[in-house]
Amino acid sequence: MRRIVPSLAIHALLALGAALTLVPLLWMVSASFMPTGEANRFPPRLLPSHGTLEHYAALFTRLSLARPFMNSLIVTAVTTLASLLIVSMAGYAFAKLRFRGRERLFRALLLAIVIPTQVGMLPLFLLLQKIGVVNTLAAVVIPGLAPVFGIFMIRQYALSVPDDLLEAARIDGASELQIFWTIVMPLLRPILVTFAVFVFLSTWNDFMWPLIVLSDDRRYTLPVALANLAGEHVQDTELMMAGSVLTVLPVLLLFVGLQRHYLRGVMMGSLKE
Amino acid sequence: MRRANPGLSRQARAGWLFVSPALLLVAVFFFVPVVIGLVLSFTDFDIYAIGAPDTARFVGTHNYAALFRLPLFWKALGNTVYFVGVGAPLSVLVSLGAALLVNSRLTRFQPFFRSVFFVPVVTTLVAVAIVWRYVYQPQYGLANWALRGLGLPAIDWLGDPHWAMPAIILLAVWKNFGYNMLIFIAGLQSIPQSLYEAAELDGAGAWERFRHVTLPGLGPTFVFVGVTTMLGFFQLFAEPYVMTQGGPLKSTTTLVLFMYEEGFRWWRMGNAAAIAFVLFAIMLLGSLVQMRLQRERTT
Repeated sequence: MRRIVPSLAIHALLALGAALTLVPLLWMVSASFMPTGEANRFPPRLLPSHGTLEHYAALFTRLSLARPFMNSLIVTAVTTLASLLIVSMAGYAFAKLRFRGRERLFRALLLAIVIPTQVGMLPLFLLLQKIGVVNTLAAVVIPGLAPVFGIFMIRQYALSVPDDLLEAARIDGASELQIFWTIVMPLLRPILVTFAVFVFLSTWNDFMWPLIVLSDDRRYTLPVALANLAGEHVQDTELMMAGSVLTVLPVLLLFVGLQRHYLRGVMMGSLKE
Repeated sequence: MRRANPGLSRQARAGWLFVSPALLLVAVFFFVPVVIGLVLSFTDFDIYAIGAPDTARFVGTHNYAALFRLPLFWKALGNTVYFVGVGAPLSVLVSLGAALLVNSRLTRFQPFFRSVFFVPVVTTLVAVAIVWRYVYQPQYGLANWALRGLGLPAIDWLGDPHWAMPAIILLAVWKNFGYNMLIFIAGLQSIPQSLYEAAELDGAGAWERFRHVTLPGLGPTFVFVGVTTMLGFFQLFAEPYVMTQGGPLKSTTTLVLFMYEEGFRWWRMGNAAAIAFVLFAIMLLGSLVQMRLQRERTT
């Protein structure tokens, strides 16, 4: 019985926390359906007097956000798929294939985790300009193709792949590529899903790098386009909320669908130490 | 040179083949730029040098010296330190509180609360920064509406130089606490239940169990969370870029925003590279100090 008071207190605090966490997002959704001007009233309206889709329509007509949406989709899909292959090959090799200099190479690679990305951004921009890809989607994708945290994450997981299994396949005459593709990849599946969700979310949400390398608004990714519009349409609260919903919705759906994998990945991160 | 064991050399060949795409990408698009950046920071590379790189000249430590004489640099450094010094500990504290609540034995619907608190982490920073800009709107925003409801005076959140940074700190805590909460939950669950039972047998109350079992048990988690949160907070950029453009009166101009403006707005690449390396040095120093402090506390 004496548990009832603490239990009530805990749940009250949790409910308060959940409300504070969700209110900005719920208001975003609600305001995106309000008729023009209704979000700028005092006291603030929490629900639209009558729902309207006009702002969502305006996003795709007047503001032509369909293009940035597609750009974001392309950038995110290509980065996720390509890095999945590149990083899993490297992670597996660092865990299981014996070659000289492996450990030293791996340690050198880990240095990249310590150095903030901003340190390399200016020269990277000049480099990509030299190659002639600045202001293309390729410039957004390229630096994200081999995330070092992913190599580390997949290596840790691949360490648990039994050597006997690989040896047996070698004796059966399988090539290293076959072993990787038909034996290792299926075993790595859980961590690959986690990694893919990580990369998808961080690529979709990325802002600073696309802002730097993209100068033509037809090439903008969604966050860059949205930030750009937010400057021009400060007064159009409902419209900007619709734009925000459009930007957040894909990652939110992905999270809801695959949260088990993602949350496990975050918890694994904490075991890095 | 041929190896005696053909199996090993086959494996070695495959090994190199498998790591080379990743290695090449990281080397060319990360390590090389970092080294070039260091070189750039000792040159007067500017907008003219972009077309003709050989016009850039070595100027020694001039960029760094000029930076240290620039009031705006110290302002940006001060703002960044303010954000990290207040925001990071606050964020860690909120995360720990949320983790303790969610992980409590008495809590029902644990997965529900865990997911709800995690939602802001996955959202797009630019989008939620825009949402919060309206939440902070002085006349119609939810923040001031709530303050008035509590009988408190309204605040010009993003328009007042004293409040703009606290406003951004609140947004950052809201956006990030779910991440560390999850890591704290993992840490809490790794503390053996038997320790709590033993403490309870010794007559330890809830506070004493927290003080002498939970906190020490979370030691390694604190180091990880402390260092990663600090490093993340040092890189503050999108929030001020979207919400305040560094204002009012430069009160939210951070080092990364300053670097961005120097480099990509004014194309003073030499200066911008110097800012980047100063930031890097400070972050490195911060990590070392924090790890040292934690080690002293635990030994």
